[in-house]
Amino acid sequence: MKTTNFNVIKSLIFGLFFILSASPVLAISADSETKSEGEEEEFNVTDMIMHHVKDAHDFHILDWNGHAVSFPLPVILWTDNGLVTFMSSEFHHDDSGSVVVEKGGQKFVKYHEEIYYASDTPNSDGSFVNLDAEAHPVNAQPLDFSITKLVFSMFLSILLLLLIFGLSARKYDASGVPRGIAKFTEPLVLFIRDDVAIPNIGEKHYKRFMPFLLTLFFFIWINNIMGLIPFFPFSANLSGNIAFTFVLALITFVITTLVGNKDYWKHIFWMPGVPVPMKIFLAPIEFLGIFIKPISLMIRLFANITAGHIIVLSLISLIFIAKSVWVSPASVFFSVFISLIEVLVVAIQAYIFTMLSALYIGAAMEEHEHEHEH
Amino acid sequence: MSSLALIQDVVSYVPFAAIGAGLAAIGAGIGIGRIGGSAMDAIARQPEMQGKIQASAIVLIAFVEAVALFAVVVSLIAK
Repeated sequence: MKTTNFNVIKSLIFGLFFILSASPVLAISADSETKSEGEEEEFNVTDMIMHHVKDAHDFHILDWNGHAVSFPLPVILWTDNGLVTFMSSEFHHDDSGSVVVEKGGQKFVKYHEEIYYASDTPNSDGSFVNLDAEAHPVNAQPLDFSITKLVFSMFLSILLLLLIFGLSARKYDASGVPRGIAKFTEPLVLFIRDDVAIPNIGEKHYKRFMPFLLTLFFFIWINNIMGLIPFFPFSANLSGNIAFTFVLALITFVITTLVGNKDYWKHIFWMPGVPVPMKIFLAPIEFLGIFIKPISLMIRLFANITAGHIIVLSLISLIFIAKSVWVSPASVFFSVFISLIEVLVVAIQAYIFTMLSALYIGAAMEEHEHEHEH
Repeated sequence: MSSLALIQDVVSYVPFAAIGAGLAAIGAGIGIGRIGGSAMDAIARQPEMQGKIQASAIVLIAFVEAVALFAVVVSLIAK
């Protein structure tokens, strides 16, 4: 009886994995197909990919008969006259600044996913933004606090995490045996504790940092996975956004700096056991290292996830570049292959971010008991 | 002056960003190859440690890959 249950679960997981890895092909190809047909112009791969990788004010789902179908999201602006809110659908999918939205006596346009105060008269392209010689808009901008695609995606991931871990917490009976979804989450939590926190931070202090490390791991992981799922509420490139990774790395940086003990700072500015000229030479390098470590954390996650999205989209785009159906088997095969690798990569990246954070925190708190030996 | 203009003209056609990304790929290839080779050697010597060796090799490969991706990002920005 038990083995049959296990087999059912195994095949379910396999099926889920298969669907997850095959579906990017379907959704992205639908997206780019309609785009190239609807607009009667050369299919621009770079534009399509960059549009996907960046943030947006509405959630573009697909194009249907040349019309964009998208999920409108609220635009929240702090303007000269206070707070202004409206739905992004009022721009009617316009991204060239030609549709003006008037709210509270002020006019707004959206140009390349940025919101500007509209000019009084349109320029020669019918767009209500003034461009300088390098085609950058010179219009003033309100402060933009909109729930964009990425913010929406982040709220969704937070909800999912609350759901998963709220459920897991309730699945423990009096004897402390996990049931249901807790059977899935407990090994992961134990993995973070036994293989990440304890070896890097040490038995003595690790408990203080477990909430942070667990949040970091699961938050990054679930957002990475949501980026790989290509259909509507998911697929946003959140963990491939530099602002997102910057904030996570900043938290690690702040914690490392705050918990750093005397030895940590001593080893940075006046490391023992090194001749004085070398100390003077090394101190600036070690000082820069404080900042370079979180910066490398930030760029590693950003680059890995963004590159993953770009590679999958480029492979799908091969069909539309070659304009031949005979390219599609190769394109589909490579996309599935890369998507499977990405499933692995997103987990590894979440693990590496967590492990390095633990390593930096551990290094800042390390106690040197044999100082006199230097 | 004209030769300088010619050089500038030629240089503007060289896809330096793409060359940079290619060089990074070479570096990452060497790095991943060395990790993979050493992991294979280690597994051949101690087959019972295969699981642990594989796990750490994958993590190390992710590190090397990240360095190549740094270069890709720089190439994207410098384009």
